[in-house]
Amino acid sequence: MTELDPVLMSRLLTALTLVFHVIFATLGVGVPLMISIAEFIGIKKNDPHYLMMARRWTRGFVIPVAIGVVTGTAIGLQLSLLWPEFMQVAGNVISLPLFMEVFAFFFEAIFLGIYLYTWDRFKKPMMHWWLSLPIIIGGGLSAVFITSVNAFMNTPEGFTTGAGGFATVNPLDAMFNPATPTKVFHVLASAYLTVAAILAAIAAFSMLRKKHTEYHKKALKLTITLTFIFSILTAIAGDVSAKFLAEHQPEKLAAAEWHFETEEGADLVLFGWLGDENTPAGALRFPGLLSFLAYGDFQSEVTGLEEFPEDERPPLWIHYMFDLMVVIGFFLLGVSLLYILAWKIKRWNEHNKWMLWLLVVSGPLAMLAIEFGWIFAEEGRQPWILRGYMLVEDAATTSPYVGWMFLLFLGLYTVLGVLGVAVLRKLFKNNPAEEELEKKYPTIEKGDNK
Amino acid sequence: MSYEIIGITVLWIFLYGYLIVASVDFGAGFFAYYAKVTKKDHIMNQLISRYLSPVWEVTNVFFVFFFVGIVGFFPDSAYYYGTALLVPGSIAIILLAIRGSFYAFENYGSKKSNVYMFLYGATGLLIPASLSIALTLSEGGFILEENGVVSLDYLALFTSPYSWSVVVLAVVSVLFISAAFLTFYAARANDQAALKLVRKYALFWATPTIIAALTTFIALGQHNERHYQNMFDLWWMFGLSVGFFIIAMWLIYEGKRFGLAFISVMLQFFFAFFGYGASHLPYILDPYVTIYENATHEATGIALIVVFILGLFLLIPSLILLMRLFLFDADYVKGKK
Repeated sequence: MTELDPVLMSRLLTALTLVFHVIFATLGVGVPLMISIAEFIGIKKNDPHYLMMARRWTRGFVIPVAIGVVTGTAIGLQLSLLWPEFMQVAGNVISLPLFMEVFAFFFEAIFLGIYLYTWDRFKKPMMHWWLSLPIIIGGGLSAVFITSVNAFMNTPEGFTTGAGGFATVNPLDAMFNPATPTKVFHVLASAYLTVAAILAAIAAFSMLRKKHTEYHKKALKLTITLTFIFSILTAIAGDVSAKFLAEHQPEKLAAAEWHFETEEGADLVLFGWLGDENTPAGALRFPGLLSFLAYGDFQSEVTGLEEFPEDERPPLWIHYMFDLMVVIGFFLLGVSLLYILAWKIKRWNEHNKWMLWLLVVSGPLAMLAIEFGWIFAEEGRQPWILRGYMLVEDAATTSPYVGWMFLLFLGLYTVLGVLGVAVLRKLFKNNPAEEELEKKYPTIEKGDNK
Repeated sequence: MSYEIIGITVLWIFLYGYLIVASVDFGAGFFAYYAKVTKKDHIMNQLISRYLSPVWEVTNVFFVFFFVGIVGFFPDSAYYYGTALLVPGSIAIILLAIRGSFYAFENYGSKKSNVYMFLYGATGLLIPASLSIALTLSEGGFILEENGVVSLDYLALFTSPYSWSVVVLAVVSVLFISAAFLTFYAARANDQAALKLVRKYALFWATPTIIAALTTFIALGQHNERHYQNMFDLWWMFGLSVGFFIIAMWLIYEGKRFGLAFISVMLQFFFAFFGYGASHLPYILDPYVTIYENATHEATGIALIVVFILGLFLLIPSLILLMRLFLFDADYVKGKK
């Protein structure tokens, strides 16, 4: 194990930490918005169901937040421990958003602490709701700043190099590099989408397991509406991201689409496999659609992989990551639309078993799409850590112990994951929403069970 | 003032902030476990559930701030420390992870298991011990660069009297700071039985703190002559530190004004920590990294300082709000809210 190449092991350990961390980072960005919306509706409508929703989501939120803080600290340190040469460069140019991210998180952490522990300490309930805003803003800004660092790795700008280092540096240009706007839009929209879908999945699952109570129906209606809205926004974000790639990072789009030769009216290739001499086989082909995706015109010319030297091309398997992400995105849009139609058309029962099962699988699928999307984004940048400037293999630590650290962190994340799930189960298993509602709000109308 | 000096001052302030708030947290873990073993665990549990649980994430951010900031202001330190600290740094992350998860998993509405309480107490001592290694390394002689390869000389580190005296100093300081805070907190909560106990802890840990500080000072003299001499030039800062220590001890011994006593302890460590830091300059890592030769690009440095100042306008009121709700609200501390 210790004999393994430090570059490979550094990549694996970073991947391990990020695959684990992104789950909690996504929840950390998205859940506060859902809690805040539920609490707001609850206060305005004076409806204990929504207030209870906000309370229960908050209670569950504490666990992933803690894991997110821990894994976030881990990745923060691992960047320097595993990629010292990269951070040496990054420190000069792109440390501004990293620094700002810590501020944003600081802000979020302070108000999260206050929000969690002050449910009944204010006379006016709206006072408590106001405290949720800094959490949403802090979490959202954290995502913005960190994403801008990742964007910088894809399209580094804002500096010029001279003899022996950087000649000029413009931290703001580095932060607002060409990849930042589309990436930030995509990350935020998909985080809110994913969290809405997961909360919907939980409500749907409870309805399948037990009775169809008013609480879960309201939770489902709220979260599916949000899923629908954010899946449209995510689709738009995906579209502008593709247009960005076509313009600024064409090799990534070409590898994702198995698009080898530069041509006009390029086809969109869905799934399939690569035959001899890289000819896609067994794929669904949509004539001209890649050109449309890339430039909004079915006839436009899309750059192919052939234009890049072989050792600067991303691995071709990212095609599957890209396709899976996109397919899941449209699946979420379709399922949420179906539910809303069934809900509005009176003759249909939106809470039939099949509909609920579709919603249950939507939650985990949404999180998988986040993972696929990030794997696509990171692998699609290979072999660069800073596109055009620094190769991944030149940036890694030379320490021979990375293999052992990989095992150590694998153990840590396994324990954290298992304990996290166990604690969440314990928190909610013997504590159904209906009982808690009656305890907390004895005046609530009985008989809302169907 | 140059942006390099402002940068290192900002970082040092955050590290000092971490030193204080994290010591309270780490020491509480140890005392909580000790109290559980000796069956006197009331006030510690109240402190943990009513103060430390709401703020542990904030405590953690002080540390993240420091290490993100040092990479930003002095990127070369990322290269040297990053390469050398892979193993100790990873171990520190694991320890912080165990501790962070305690607040979420154990303290959140479920019973406290003995294993977790033990881990919570143990990490309270092991984290400061492992983080203090970074300060030891900064004195030079342990991180080596040969033919462009940076490595850590573990044998030298583990056989150095200086490195062990820093570890001891870190651990006993944590216990002393924490005990002084607990004394204030117990007095605030008006819990006489607990006050009697934690006041005894504070008085007890004062002596080892001073002895360890002197031992470390002497060991540093043998390890890094330059730094040692610089400290003499700043003798008045260390004199003030000892002065505030005496004030704190007198107040705690007399059993009055525990809040002022804790502030004195904070000032004691403030002067010692800044005296140590100022005499360390210009080196961040002796002899490879200095604040002047290895600072970030000026444009980045200035941008970071501007953001820092703007950030303070946001953070300070928020921190005050947090403290008012969880620390200075007497009813809350007494458990009435």
